[in-house]
Amino acid sequence: MSERSVSVGEETGDETTTGFDLRRIGLYATMLALVVFYLLPIESGLVTSIKTSEALINTQPFAPPGLDGVTLEKWQFAFDTLWSGMINSMLFTIPATILCAVFGSMAAYGLTLVDWRGQVAVFTLFIAGIFIPYQAVIVPLTQFWSQYAMLDVRLGLILTDRTATLLELIITHTAYGIPICTLLFRSQYKTMSWEMIEAARLDGATVWRIYKRIVLPLSVPMFAVVFIFQFTQIWNEFLFSLTIIGSVSDPAASATLILSGLGEALEGTDYPLRMAGAFITALPTLVVYLLFADEFAEGVEV
Amino acid sequence: MKGVLRFLRRSRTKRRARTDGGTAEKRSTARRWLDSDIVQSAPFWGPPFLLMGFFVYASIGWNFLLSLTDYTGFGGADYSNLSLENYRMLIEDPAIWEATRNTFVLLVVFTITCLVIGLGLAILLDRQVRFGRGFRTIYLLPFALSFIVTAQFWRWMYNVNDGIVNQFVGIFGIGPYSWLGNPQIVLGAVIFALVWQFSGYTMVIYLAALRSIPTDQYEASKIDGAGTLRMYRRVIIPQLRPAMVSASVTLVLFALKAFDFLYAVFGGYRPRQGADILATKMVREAFGQSEWAYGSAIAIALFALSLAVIAPYLYSQYTRGNL
Repeated sequence: MSERSVSVGEETGDETTTGFDLRRIGLYATMLALVVFYLLPIESGLVTSIKTSEALINTQPFAPPGLDGVTLEKWQFAFDTLWSGMINSMLFTIPATILCAVFGSMAAYGLTLVDWRGQVAVFTLFIAGIFIPYQAVIVPLTQFWSQYAMLDVRLGLILTDRTATLLELIITHTAYGIPICTLLFRSQYKTMSWEMIEAARLDGATVWRIYKRIVLPLSVPMFAVVFIFQFTQIWNEFLFSLTIIGSVSDPAASATLILSGLGEALEGTDYPLRMAGAFITALPTLVVYLLFADEFAEGVEV
Repeated sequence: MKGVLRFLRRSRTKRRARTDGGTAEKRSTARRWLDSDIVQSAPFWGPPFLLMGFFVYASIGWNFLLSLTDYTGFGGADYSNLSLENYRMLIEDPAIWEATRNTFVLLVVFTITCLVIGLGLAILLDRQVRFGRGFRTIYLLPFALSFIVTAQFWRWMYNVNDGIVNQFVGIFGIGPYSWLGNPQIVLGAVIFALVWQFSGYTMVIYLAALRSIPTDQYEASKIDGAGTLRMYRRVIIPQLRPAMVSASVTLVLFALKAFDFLYAVFGGYRPRQGADILATKMVREAFGQSEWAYGSAIAIALFALSLAVIAPYLYSQYTRGNL
């Protein structure tokens, strides 16, 4: 995101140079109120997750507990329950993210830098894939993975059920991640400098060589954006987990799937446990988001 | 269509530097075919296209085929006896109409609210405030979280006994309400939570568009004596149309995918009365009741709905040469 060097406030002339006039104060007050609005649900969840049951009853939901009302018991329990799910989510999210990015970059290159009739039509088919509601494919998808795909049968001797399910998830997430990744890379490749590539072509470089030597090195920043964005998307995905994995007790259950059933008991909902679980599940994406806020926003805005 | 053809022709004529210079005519047909751009580029876009095409387009086709059967999950589906029976049931099912109505309310209200709030946030942030980046990060933060996670937070916020929302409305002497249990308000409560999660997304889209407007336009309207409000209404906002269109397309898609949120906030396939949308109805029929064929028919309806939103968008992008 490119920051404009000249301030709009100064340009429009309704802000004085001091910046301490009423309008300015109103502006910041509004923005702080919005900060409260966006952070309150998260903050409330955080303080709730560390409260003892007495503190939960005696304190306001947004207020932190007193020192004697703090317990990490819920975090401990949520962590123990979610641990295997966190591992599983990592095991399919990371490979799927890498594959999506590689395939997306290749497809975008093939559809942009090499020039042929019909590339726009094919590209449109790619892009349309972004907008498919997953409901429109999950029945055939689960049918495919459970009955027709021979993955389980053929590889049954080498693969455990867990590995087979994780492999299914990797392939599924890769397939559905390709469209958005292609779009992200293509937006960059379209604006790339052409002189260098034409020169290389005239020198006799093959399309592979151009891709490897020129295009890939130039797309490193875009790879970072795509990794961050796609990692978040796949980690957060739920419908595929629900339908492909099926059950919370499955050894391949993802973190989101386990979280969806956490703290639900006949006698009521264990909110502190749910909150702790929510934070643990969100931790990888929160870390990625806070460390790479700019790159994340860039991925969103393309 | 004219625009499409024009675009195809244009993309064919530009960037025509060949490695073989002027000697192309002397080569054999087979050699020329191997050197052609389509063959050279196919290894790059072919494999991803096959993978994606199988899971997206072939799956939708298969889903349509399944919706014509009476498959209920035992053995394989019987494709020898196809009928539109499921679609007839679909039209006659009052629960479908209620879900469709809710889907539309959700789509429209959610999208418009996000657009308005997102625009407001973007304009605030574009006024060159201090810590602009920090504010942006905070406003966009809920977007980075999954539906399942945000649903946990909002279950707690909407809690009847000691939820913050009831405490807040209590200040004005109203409530407490069972936000997620009351059929009259549950959809509104869901939309509010989704707006919380996605308005930051709209803000980022608008912000990028605002920053691409040349500063001299702000200057020009200042010289013309236009006030801030007038400047935004007459000069700036009309230029945000493309951003608005692309944001609303994506927002509609997010709303169609709100299944995850509803599943987690209500704890299962069946949302409280008043909050059922086509996406939840579909998954419930197929995966909850094993009515696979009927679920597939709902899925096709949902697909048609999203196609109605994105087809005009893609077409306009296509004719403008933005693809």
